[in-house]
Amino acid sequence: MITITNIKRVGSEKTESVTIEGGLIKGWNLPEEGQVIDGQGGTVAPALIELHAHLREPGQTEKEDLSSGLAAAAAGGYGTVVSMPNTSPVVDDPAIVRTLIEKAAGLGFARLRPAAALTKGQKGEELAELTYLKEAGAAMFTDDGRTNENARTLRLGLETAGSLGMVISVHAEDASLRADGVMNEGPVSEALGLPGNPAAAEAARVARDIEIVAGLHAQGVPARLHIQHLSTARALDLVRAAKAQGLPVTCEVCPHHLTLTDEALRSFDAIYKVAPPLRTQADADHLLEGLRDGSVDCLATDHAPHTRAEKERDLLDAPSGIAYIELAFPLMYTRFGETLGLERILDLMTAAPARVMGWEPPTLDAGAKADLVVLDLTTERPVNPAGFKSKAKFTPWAGESLKGWPLLTVVDGKVAYQR
Amino acid sequence: MNSPTSMGTRPPHLLDFQDWTPERLGAILDNADTMLQVLDRPVKKVPALQGLTVCNAFFENSTRTRTSFELAARRMSADVLTFAAGASSVSKGESLRDTLEVLTSYKVDAYIVRHHAAGAAHLVARYSGKPVINAGDGRRAHPTQALLDAYTIRQEYGSLEGKKIAILGDVRHSRVARSNAELLPKLGAQVVLCGPATLLPPGLAQMPGVTLTTNPKEAVRGAHAVMALRLQRERMSGGFLGSLQEYADTYQVNDTLLGEAESGAIVLHPGPMNRDLEISSDAADGPQSRILKQVENGQAIRMSVLYHLLVGRN
Repeated sequence: MITITNIKRVGSEKTESVTIEGGLIKGWNLPEEGQVIDGQGGTVAPALIELHAHLREPGQTEKEDLSSGLAAAAAGGYGTVVSMPNTSPVVDDPAIVRTLIEKAAGLGFARLRPAAALTKGQKGEELAELTYLKEAGAAMFTDDGRTNENARTLRLGLETAGSLGMVISVHAEDASLRADGVMNEGPVSEALGLPGNPAAAEAARVARDIEIVAGLHAQGVPARLHIQHLSTARALDLVRAAKAQGLPVTCEVCPHHLTLTDEALRSFDAIYKVAPPLRTQADADHLLEGLRDGSVDCLATDHAPHTRAEKERDLLDAPSGIAYIELAFPLMYTRFGETLGLERILDLMTAAPARVMGWEPPTLDAGAKADLVVLDLTTERPVNPAGFKSKAKFTPWAGESLKGWPLLTVVDGKVAYQR
Repeated sequence: MNSPTSMGTRPPHLLDFQDWTPERLGAILDNADTMLQVLDRPVKKVPALQGLTVCNAFFENSTRTRTSFELAARRMSADVLTFAAGASSVSKGESLRDTLEVLTSYKVDAYIVRHHAAGAAHLVARYSGKPVINAGDGRRAHPTQALLDAYTIRQEYGSLEGKKIAILGDVRHSRVARSNAELLPKLGAQVVLCGPATLLPPGLAQMPGVTLTTNPKEAVRGAHAVMALRLQRERMSGGFLGSLQEYADTYQVNDTLLGEAESGAIVLHPGPMNRDLEISSDAADGPQSRILKQVENGQAIRMSVLYHLLVGRN
C-alpha cells in the first residue's frame, strides 16, 4: 500500500493525498497508510501513454533495450509504451511478443504494449499472423521503420486488423517521392546541398491510405487507420477532411515537429535527422493549430535512440531519429503550456492516445488502475542528457531550461520512477 | 597583409562563403596575383608554411583537386600528409570522428577535405578543431573552385562588378554551381543558373543575386562568362533526362549558344569535361576558352587560401 501526500489535482489548489492498494486507486484523502511518499506539492495526472517508441529490443540493444527504454519512459512520466516492431528480428512472431511483455513486466518501469509487424519481416508483401499476434498481446500492427509501398497489402491488412478490432498505424511516406531525401525539401535543403524529401511524399501517401479506408468504410468494413508522426500542413488538411467525412482515421504529431524546423539542419548535425524530416515553421504552426482544434488526435514522441557514433556520422550516412521520451512532457508544457493549456496537453498524452487505441481512458477515480504521474510544474531545470536513463545520452534540447519534470511515476500501483 | 580589423574577423575555415566579407575575398584574389608570380619563377617555392603539416583528407576520389592542393601546399613549403579514404581505415568501417582524432594525433595543422556528404567539412572542423579548407562536400560547396572561377573572370575584366555569369548544366547536383552562386554575387556579379527543370531546384532562386531559367539563350544573353557544368552520365539512370542527346541539343555550350553572349565572353568549365556533351570541342578549345587558365589559377588561389588561413594565425 502507498499513500502519496501533498499533491494537487489539475485545476485545483487543494492539497490532497491518494492511497493506492493492490494496483488500484483505493481513494482520496484517506488516513495515511503503508509507504508514504511526499508529492512535494506537485500536480497529479494519469500516467502518460506513448503510442510510438523504438525500444530496439531484440537485436539492437547497443541503441536501447527494454530496461533503459522503459526506465526512460517512466522518468518521462509514462506508464504505458507502445514499442515499434522494426527490431532485429522484426516482431512478426507471437513468441517474440510474449517474450517482450514478460521481460518488461519484470522490470518495474513503464508497462510495455508492443506493436507487431503488419507484414512478415516488415517486407510489405505478406501479412503476418495478425490473429496470433493479437492473442500474444500485440497492441497494434505497423510496418513503421519502413513504408507500406504495396497498397493492396495494406488494404488486406486493414480488413484483417479491422475484423480483430485492431488499429493499423502507418509511417506515411511515398518512398519513391522521398527518394534519397535526408531533410525537408525547400530553400534550406537547396542552400545546404542536401537531398530533399518533399512534403508531397507524406501528403500523397496519406491521401492514398485515406482513400483505402474510405473504400472499406463505404462497404461497412471496420478498418482503423492511425497515421504516425504527421509532419506537414497539407497532410493534416487531408486528415481533417477525412474526419469531417466521418472516416475512422486518426493521427499523431510529435513534439519535435512542433518545436524544430529544417533551419536546424544548417548545423549539419545529424542529431536533427529524423523521418519524416523537420519541416518549416508554417508546418509547425499548422500542426499546433491541429492540436488546438482537435484534428490531431494525440501526441507521440517517436523516441528513436541511436548510438552517439551513429549520430555523429555525416547527414547522408547517419540513421534517422531523435530520442527524448524523458523530456517530452516538460518540452510540451514549457513551450505550449500557455497556448494549449495544461489540461489539453495532458489529454493529448493520456486519454487521447487511449481513445486512438480503443482503450479505457485513464482516470484517477477510486477503483481505477493506479497509473499516475506527479509533475513539478514550477521548477525550471536544464535538460541534462548525461542523466538520461535512455542509452541515447544526447538531445537537441540539451541545456534548455524546462519545467514540468515528473517527480514520481506509479505504474500498476508500484513506484516506477521517483526523482 | 591587410589588417584584420578592416575586413572583419578572419574566419578560421573556408567551408563556404557565409562568414566571408567581400573585402576578405578580395584579399584572397589579390594575393593570388603574387602566387602566380611565384609559379612563374624558376624556383617555385616560398617558405610561408614551413614547419606546418597540411593533411589532404580525401574521403572521395579526386585526382585533380587533390593534386592542385598538394602542389599548392608544397610550394608554400608545408609538409603534406595525404589521406585517401579508399585505401584506409575508413574502408574498414572507422568513423569520421575517429579518423580525424587519429590524424590530429599526428599533429596535423590544417585539413583540406573532400567528402561525398554535404556538411562533412563542417564536421571535420568540429571534430578536429583545426582550420579546414573544403575541397568539395557533396552537392554543397567547392569554395576554392568558385574562387578560381572568380579570379579567372577578374583577370579578364578587372572586376566582377556588374558582370553577368551564366552557369549551365546539372545545377541540382553541382557544388560548383552552389559555391559560385554564393560567391559571385558577393563580388558584385549577377548569376544565372540554367538547366533542365529536373536539374534546376527552385529553392536556389532565393539566393541573393541569383536567377534561374530553363532557357539557355536567355541565360547566356549578354553574359560575360559562360560556364558549362559537368553532366554526370549516371543522371540518365536517375530519370532526370530523356536522353543525353536531348540534353546536348538543348543545353550544350557551343559557338551557336555563345553567339548570344557578350562579344568576347569567356568560356569556363570546372573539369573534367565530357566533350561534345555539355560543351562542344570548338567552345572548349576556342579562343574564348579559359579552361586551362582555370587550372593554372586554381593552384595560385589554393596557395593564397592556405596563406590567408594559416600564416600568422598563432
